[in-house]
Amino acid sequence: MIGVGKIKQYSNILEKPLSKGKQEVSLSAFTFLFSELVQYNQTRVDNIAELERRLEDAGYAVGARVLELLCHRDKGNRRETRLLGILSFVHSTVWKVLFGKVADSLEKGTEHEDEYMISEKDLLVNKFISIPRDMGTFNCGAFVAGIVRGVLDGAGFPAVVTAHFVPMEGLQRPRTTILIKFAEEVLQREARLG
Amino acid sequence: MTTTACFIIVSRNDIPIYEAEVGSAAKREDAAQLPQFILQAALDIVQDLAWTTSAMFLKAIDKFNDLVVSVYVTADRTRFMLLLDSRSDDGIKSFFQEVHELYIKSLLNPLYLPGSRITS
Repeated sequence: MIGVGKIKQYSNILEKPLSKGKQEVSLSAFTFLFSELVQYNQTRVDNIAELERRLEDAGYAVGARVLELLCHRDKGNRRETRLLGILSFVHSTVWKVLFGKVADSLEKGTEHEDEYMISEKDLLVNKFISIPRDMGTFNCGAFVAGIVRGVLDGAGFPAVVTAHFVPMEGLQRPRTTILIKFAEEVLQREARLG
Repeated sequence: MTTTACFIIVSRNDIPIYEAEVGSAAKREDAAQLPQFILQAALDIVQDLAWTTSAMFLKAIDKFNDLVVSVYVTADRTRFMLLLDSRSDDGIKSFFQEVHELYIKSLLNPLYLPGSRITS
């Protein structure tokens, strides 16, 4: 008789260990789900700003959970208390878990003290989406902007996060940039902590 | 000597989302809410302390008569606060870690709004 392995059955989902689980989800499944999400919202809103806001809110819920989960799994229970710390956490750890690689670049804005930018040549959510001309400046990267906002808000750094297209010479498609603008109190607290 | 313990989970916006009391001490009429009161008073101290250290487990941070308050802060700035009258650091730390794992699991529920009451 062929031996059968015994799989431990957990009666309660809360008793399952919080392990890493399968790291990868199929790309096509995700893009299909995401396109459905965009289409579903498209039929229920009147203008572009509302659509962007809904995508952002969806991303915000993801970000809040990702923050807790990643800090527990990958960082061995150490929190981030400094601005640069949380930004590099988003830039490398979060991006790596979500998209499989670190973000292309993290820059500090030149005009204002409280602006930072994370850029990506080919953002996963925008890869298979083309924007019709009459939608103007709409960017599906608003979903990713929402994720970043969820992570920052959870850690105690309130910020306004938006996604923009930045055309680059030599590249067929424009680069996507996530612009992060921190609230006043964050800068004051950073100054106080020295 | 009966041991009393009071455990509260406080969310980011200072709203308690879970409370539990263990112990069989008789409740005094005039101090029925004493544990909650002590823990609320300790919140201010936690706030200042949380920004100075990147560890999660803040050991005993406040004393009231013979009761000790210990606090554990998560990445989400959610605070687990415990009020005990006897103290053993390792036991408390592993208790907090178990609660943390359960909290993350309930967070992962897409129907749970972070910051609302935990009822299960």
